Amino acid sequence: MSGAVDSLVRRRVRGAVGVAALVSLAVTVWLGLWVTPPDVKQGQLVRLVYIHPPIAWVALYLAFGTAAVGSLLWLWPRTRSRVWDSLAAASMEVGVVFTALTLVTGSIWGRPTWGVWWAWDARLTSTALLLVLQLGYLALRRVPAAPDVRARRCAVAAVIAGVDVPIVHFSVDWWRTLHQSATVLNPDLTPTIHGSMAWTLLLGFVAMSLVFVWMLLVRYRIEVLAARCEGVELEVSLRERWAEAAPPELAHR
Amino acid sequence: MWRDAWLVAAKDLRIEVRSRVVLNQVVPFAVVVLGLFAFALGPDRTPMVQGAAGLFWVAVLFAAVLAIQRSFAVESSDEARDGLRLSGLDPAGVFLGKTAAVAAELVALEVLLSAGVVLLYGSHVHSWGTVVVAGVVGTAGLAAVGILYGALAAGLRVRETLLPFLLLPALAPVLLAGTRAWQAGLGTGPGGDSADPWVSLLAVFAVVYLALGVVIFGPLQEGG
Repeated sequence: MSGAVDSLVRRRVRGAVGVAALVSLAVTVWLGLWVTPPDVKQGQLVRLVYIHPPIAWVALYLAFGTAAVGSLLWLWPRTRSRVWDSLAAASMEVGVVFTALTLVTGSIWGRPTWGVWWAWDARLTSTALLLVLQLGYLALRRVPAAPDVRARRCAVAAVIAGVDVPIVHFSVDWWRTLHQSATVLNPDLTPTIHGSMAWTLLLGFVAMSLVFVWMLLVRYRIEVLAARCEGVELEVSLRERWAEAAPPELAHR
Repeated sequence: MWRDAWLVAAKDLRIEVRSRVVLNQVVPFAVVVLGLFAFALGPDRTPMVQGAAGLFWVAVLFAAVLAIQRSFAVESSDEARDGLRLSGLDPAGVFLGKTAAVAAELVALEVLLSAGVVLLYGSHVHSWGTVVVAGVVGTAGLAAVGILYGALAAGLRVRETLLPFLLLPALAPVLLAGTRAWQAGLGTGPGGDSADPWVSLLAVFAVVYLALGVVIFGPLQEGG
């Protein structure tokens, strides 16, 4: 299993995904900033729409979903493998970046629209809570422990947090809402915006998803390499110290 | 499972009755928190009455962190945690037992705190049923999540700082729903606000986490 996944993340695949992400992102920027017209109501501000919802989609669904599924697969004894632990950790860490970006882009949009950087709006609040839950996972991840113990702790924490996310979403939604409802992913799946804007937004989703996958692959690779180095550091340092201290003929024991 | 839960709950509560740590330290702490809120809001009664429901639940959340830390501190000495794992008790039972013990302690604390809210903030209870049901159901969910995170953080050197960071954001729904239900119960909420959806939200939260704990506490206790 780990062999198959490792071959998937070979340099060539990573490179291809990276190039695809860069190209689609560049085209999104070009379409978003130059080709599409300003909105009737929101003016130039509408251009944030091409990146904010895609970033939020990656943060709330792709990244958190991957982390939750990875954690569940680790917890399930039959599919337990370090691959899933590394994948969940990588996904959570990349997810933090996207969740933070969701809040930042939302804030930049909110300032001219609502007149404030931060409103206690339902989705802002639940996204902020998600960010704190993700940071909690990373904090737990940093606690030194044997790889298996750490994997178990982190998987359980991800599941507890994962169950919390929909509840947080509903409770905060009831609590207060002044956010506009979903535009493209509304239940009947008929986009309520048209023409070049819809295509640019769609491309934005593709681009951000590709960026996420690329970052995930790179981060996963780092995780695998770090796991390989674990425990080796001390051994290397000890060898170096011995080499310094011991007379030359004993240095290469 | 239920017999094991009863054994563990009785053990934890017996330790509490003999050591009185929650009664002598956690309860006074929660009352101090109520006092601090009053200082922060000023001597005028109106904001206190308006905010009483929320302040009550924030105080409960803070006290819950301490009660949960205590619940795992009693097992940190003499390898008691390993003893518990070796005892052959059903992990689901251990989870339910510890949750029940913490919930019982917190309910007792809430009774005292609500007396404090009535006396210090001058709140009036309009619907006792709502207040009691929301308190009990909310506490069950709160204790369940707390025991899960407590078990996760138990034995770590950074547990005192890590537990509140992990636990408090996860408890946000309890704070939101508990506050709204209590606002309805105390008659300080927005006009015509019904407590029912909030109490059901608390109930869903409690059931979900009790079920999750029953399933996941075993793997959590496997090693380390």
